[in-house]
Amino acid sequence: MPWFWEGLKTGVRTLRPGAVRLPSGVTPGRPTTTAVTARDRFDANICPVGALAGRDAGVAVDFDHCIHCMRCQPPKAPVHWQNDYRWAQAAAPPLPHRFQRSIHVRIVDAGDCGGCLSELRQLLGPVYSLHRYGIYVSPTPRDADVLLVVGPVTVGMRVALEETYAAMPDPKRVVAVGVCALNGGLFADSFAVMGGASRVVPVDVTVPGCPPPPLAILHALELVTGLSRETREVAES
Amino acid sequence: MNRTDAPRVGAPDAPAGREPLQMVSTSQATLPDTVRRLMAENHPLFIGLVVEHPTGSPPPHLQYVWMGPEARWLLVDVAMDGAVVPSITPTVFAADWAEREAEDLFGVNFAGHPQLGDFILHDEDWAERLAPMRMRPEPPAHGGGRDPYEPPRIVQAPGRFVMPVGPVFSGAQESVRFLLETVGEEIMHAHVRLFYKYRGLEKLMERQTPNRAVLVAERVNGMQAFAHGLAFAQAVEAVAAAVVPPRARALRTVLAEWERLRSHVGTLAGIVESTGLSVPANLLAAVEERLLQQSARYLGHRYLFGLVALGGLSRDPGDDALHALAEAGVEAVAAVQAVCHRLTFDNSFLDRLEAVGILPPPRAATLGLVGPVGRASGAPADVRCWHPYAAYDQHPVTPVIESEGDGYARFRVFRREVAASVDLIQRCAASLPAGPVQTPVPVVPGVGLAAVEAPSGALAYWVRIGSAGTVDRCHIMTPAFLNWHGLADAVRDFAFQDFPIIVSTLGLSVADADR
Ligand code: SF4
Ligand code: SF4
Repeated sequence: MPWFWEGLKTGVRTLRPGAVRLPSGVTPGRPTTTAVTARDRFDANICPVGALAGRDAGVAVDFDHCIHCMRCQPPKAPVHWQNDYRWAQAAAPPLPHRFQRSIHVRIVDAGDCGGCLSELRQLLGPVYSLHRYGIYVSPTPRDADVLLVVGPVTVGMRVALEETYAAMPDPKRVVAVGVCALNGGLFADSFAVMGGASRVVPVDVTVPGCPPPPLAILHALELVTGLSRETREVAES
Repeated sequence: MNRTDAPRVGAPDAPAGREPLQMVSTSQATLPDTVRRLMAENHPLFIGLVVEHPTGSPPPHLQYVWMGPEARWLLVDVAMDGAVVPSITPTVFAADWAEREAEDLFGVNFAGHPQLGDFILHDEDWAERLAPMRMRPEPPAHGGGRDPYEPPRIVQAPGRFVMPVGPVFSGAQESVRFLLETVGEEIMHAHVRLFYKYRGLEKLMERQTPNRAVLVAERVNGMQAFAHGLAFAQAVEAVAAAVVPPRARALRTVLAEWERLRSHVGTLAGIVESTGLSVPANLLAAVEERLLQQSARYLGHRYLFGLVALGGLSRDPGDDALHALAEAGVEAVAAVQAVCHRLTFDNSFLDRLEAVGILPPPRAATLGLVGPVGRASGAPADVRCWHPYAAYDQHPVTPVIESEGDGYARFRVFRREVAASVDLIQRCAASLPAGPVQTPVPVVPGVGLAAVEAPSGALAYWVRIGSAGTVDRCHIMTPAFLNWHGLADAVRDFAFQDFPIIVSTLGLSVADADR
């Protein structure tokens, strides 16, 4: 019981997107395609995964492959880093309207390094408090509407991922969280890794980053539900 | 391979006159006797087993690695001159899993080992006798596995059944499977089935430049990325005998302690969460998120990716950022202590941890447990004291030791280490040397061996650089690999409802083991 009063005393810890400016550090930022004039100073090989390319007008960034190695941060490269987090992209329409009030997600760790899962845990935790959006983690795949996949799909996790997807009722959506789940990331060439989640299950929404911060994962869930009233007005710096 | 292939060790400050690396060469036949004799002389800490399996003429070698205080390493080098190697597991139980791994990944045949077979490469997914880590031009194909897994039966009592859990859980949890043998309420034996997430990272690193492989090292365990990057970098620096500038060494110390702080706060939050007290768990989780935000604000990345570089650090965050980190650390530790202090008066919390999940000191020593888990069972090993790296020689650490070995002792060790880390960050930040943060590291062929005290314990990297300047062989000896081995002991005879609590007090990462 004393903890109950302690909780009340502490008050609200949850971030309120839209109401206040977000504290710096909720996102590490990301490199974006940049127009530069002195293009000759730029060496695309600084990017270990080939996500940067010199173009006539500047530097093009393929953020879907970026592993956040931070090697192209200014002043090391003439690349603009944007402090946003709306990184997700949808290839499928949102779930039908009736899902807007409450959806259940199932999380499968298909081989993650711990980073993406930790960001998911933060999203479920007190600061981001996913529950207030009516998004719940489902104890069983049979009640789940959305499958969140983190990590590259290892040979050992392929079957568990397939089975989880098959056990979920229709309609359902799959979100690939993090560059590993998108395309295998830095692990793509390993003999023990299948590659991105789409090698095993159909992927509807992707959110790149290594790891994508909690708000980027939330953005992906907004694209799944079509529910973005509250977070739409967030001031992005 | 011959004597010139002894690794260079990352102990630049080894006491003068003492050989920091003792390398004992032995034949297969005399291996068990040699190991028994060495173990009787002193009691080093088993770290891992490196298999060097080069293509071409030289026979493969096994190198058993131990570490001890005063920057000492012990290496037992066995040239494989026959088909079957006598197992040392009957003498050194801590080597149990290391030998199973060598059998599974390299096809080494051991005689006298209690349990071999299905371990890293699950039989459902992989063909038998694949030995994928042997050097060969083509990556091995997977598939061809058949049998569903049945754990060996340990409990013989009537009414015995197996309760399977995982590999997928209901929350944001790592994939691992537990098979709990029982006849009713109590767990009589727990089989831990890891390696669903085996990513073959040591193979992946082969033929990569060290400058790229360091990125893979960071992502072995993203929650302790700095420790992994640092251990890898130190091994490569040891090969080249590169001297890291003083400022970089001081900053590496600050960042390593900052990572320990964040990691321990997360572990404490997990322990409290497992006891079902959601208010204090949330208070601690909020501190963890704040530390992640401060990591991004002052250091660029929430999990410190990209900071370690060969020869130092990739960038200098600047004195202001480091002072801000020190201040943020003080704030965090005050918040953590306030919550933990209240918990020590909360019976519903204490009842769930005290005398639960006991690893008595002699058993912990036999299992060779490392890090905070080992220290909670009286094992003094702390790489920062034994093999001072970075700036730990100038800022010595006193190991935090408890002796009960139960869940509450582990909780107290994590809690006290949080305070100790912040103390160290403050001391370092108050006397930061000026100068560059990186020195060029020449590419030199050879072998390097280096260890750091990762948040969860002793972490060692063995790195062989070939003549092309790329990684020929990398072996990662992680604290989770050593400590998961102790789980079965910790949960034996405890009730099912204690299981998640005991697991949380061990602070184990799956990714760390499933390289
Ligand atoms: S941060 Fe991303 S884009 Fe930039 S160099 Fe690293 S991987 Fe490439
Ligand atoms: S995307 Fe990055 S953080 Fe996420 S699992 Fe992969 S390596 Fe780890």
